[in-house]
Amino acid sequence: MAGKGTRARNRAFGLKMVLWSLFRRRSRLLVALTGVTIGATVLLGLITLCYDIPKQLGREFRSYGANMVLVKDQVGGRLSAGDLAAARAALPAAQLVGLTPFRYEAVRSHMLPYTAVGTGFEDVRRTSPFWRVEGLWPGAPGEALVGVDVSTATGLGPGSLLTLEGRDSRQVRYEKNFTVSGVVSTGSVEDGFIYVSLADMEAMTGESGLVDLAEVSLTTSGGQSLEEMAGAVQTAAPGVEARLVVRVTRSEETVMGKLTWLVYLVTLVVLTLTMICVSTTMMTVVIERRKEIGLKKALGAESRSVAREFLGEGLLLGVLGGLLGSAAGVGFARIVSHSVFGRGLSPEGHLVPVTVAVSAAVTVLASLWPVRRAVDVEPAAVLRGE
Amino acid sequence: MSDNILDVIDVSKIYGPVKALQNVSLSVRPGEWLAIMGPSGSGKTTLMNIVGCLDSPSLGRVILDGLGLDQLTAGELTAIRREAIGLIFQQFHLIGYLNALENVMVAQYYHSLVDEAEALEALAKVGLADRAKHLPRQLSGGEQQRVCVARALINHPKLLLADEPTGNLDETNEGLVMDILHGLHRQGGTIIVVTHSPEVAQHAERVVVLEHGRVASDSRGADFSDPSGASQTA
Repeated sequence: MAGKGTRARNRAFGLKMVLWSLFRRRSRLLVALTGVTIGATVLLGLITLCYDIPKQLGREFRSYGANMVLVKDQVGGRLSAGDLAAARAALPAAQLVGLTPFRYEAVRSHMLPYTAVGTGFEDVRRTSPFWRVEGLWPGAPGEALVGVDVSTATGLGPGSLLTLEGRDSRQVRYEKNFTVSGVVSTGSVEDGFIYVSLADMEAMTGESGLVDLAEVSLTTSGGQSLEEMAGAVQTAAPGVEARLVVRVTRSEETVMGKLTWLVYLVTLVVLTLTMICVSTTMMTVVIERRKEIGLKKALGAESRSVAREFLGEGLLLGVLGGLLGSAAGVGFARIVSHSVFGRGLSPEGHLVPVTVAVSAAVTVLASLWPVRRAVDVEPAAVLRGE
Repeated sequence: MSDNILDVIDVSKIYGPVKALQNVSLSVRPGEWLAIMGPSGSGKTTLMNIVGCLDSPSLGRVILDGLGLDQLTAGELTAIRREAIGLIFQQFHLIGYLNALENVMVAQYYHSLVDEAEALEALAKVGLADRAKHLPRQLSGGEQQRVCVARALINHPKLLLADEPTGNLDETNEGLVMDILHGLHRQGGTIIVVTHSPEVAQHAERVVVLEHGRVASDSRGADFSDPSGASQTA
């Protein structure tokens, strides 16, 4: 039992030597610690951003419109309310930004042919945030939006009266008056359409619960992939085809992929620079302490004892720098997130131990070569001042 | 088998064109106090390094406590330094970030097990109990050398090697250090002191004088006549 106690005293003394060598030689400690801390700061900051960028960019990409379109798998078929309910239920609520139904009808106004679109305006604002409306979004029955091309051709604008004519499902002629609440610009074919609420469209056509398609906007960060979600919809709603909007999804995947690689590359460069900084500092420490190493070897220290002491110093530096860098890294990631994306982020707690472990491993790794030099010190030579 | 604690047999040390030691032979009995004298460059420190297992001879053999050093591995030589030898240096070589007590305990740490009470007692024996918690930079040269002596003696070495132990000390501190060595010698300790000081050498029972890497004389302390003449005028 006494043996255990005395061995514990020896371990405590060894640790004390490592601590004193760091803390009683503060200037050298500060140089090395600064290097490790900066490395850990950038490391944690970048990894946090790596976690957060898909969320942040996902939001940005959602502003480019839907990334999935639901249609009936038969040509000319229409989606029922039941189809839409089943599809909505199959999609993860946390990833569903919006689901907007669209029903298209051929109409006439002042003897000219147009395409009228019945939709849910609240849903459109979620799935197509890029729509720009001059005037107001329709908020009551009998209000309509006109595309900017229609507005230019007809002179219709906010407050104008608009009459739509057509034939309902029973081929009975209808005529309905609307007030134009706003003019919409989408930069696309939609600028040539006239938009009314789905309820108004159903009232005109006398046919409810059927739409031509639904646009769906989904986030892909931290959950199922778009392909998985499309599969889930098709399983839950037979006869419904879930098509991915390739233009948007590919861009999203490409940008995310490239950005992630860029972050990994920068992280690798930072880790390499940290290793070089620590290694250089440790080499300086070894050169400065050659006499001390020589003395210890003259007193009977084995090479592995000397190596253990220097690696212990490296480990301690790595852990300390990792902890300080983790705290600074969270701040760094917040600043970057705020200045680039205009939003804050929530720190990922589990990244702190990972950062500390990586920082410690990098520091120990960077210390290996200097330690090798330390154990090669010839005591007789350094003690006589060579 | 020899009763000597140390046998240096026909040892030479050659550094390129320089012959630091040439066919040096000498023996030391247990409990003997030997002084090695000689001018700068005569090979004193080289001989001490070889005897202290810090260096190896180019030719010849060294037998320490019955072990032929040329037969031992680097690890075994390290063990001999740890177990059998105490070293005192002219420049003290204390570790700057450890206090006096911890500097003594370093030798215990590498030897076997640390014992603070024993280290404190060793410091008390050299008159430094009250300076135990001081860092080397807070100690005078004489105090630093006494810490070095306490560190050299803490593991009860069979052979104490002192290289110019009083070279950086004033007269008072020189006296204090020599008193400590006398105390060790009275208790049967074997001491080899390398010095260029006749005053220090005169404390020894036997004085070996090296010149140009060779043994120029080997005499009992009483028979020793200082080649510089300094001891005769003292």
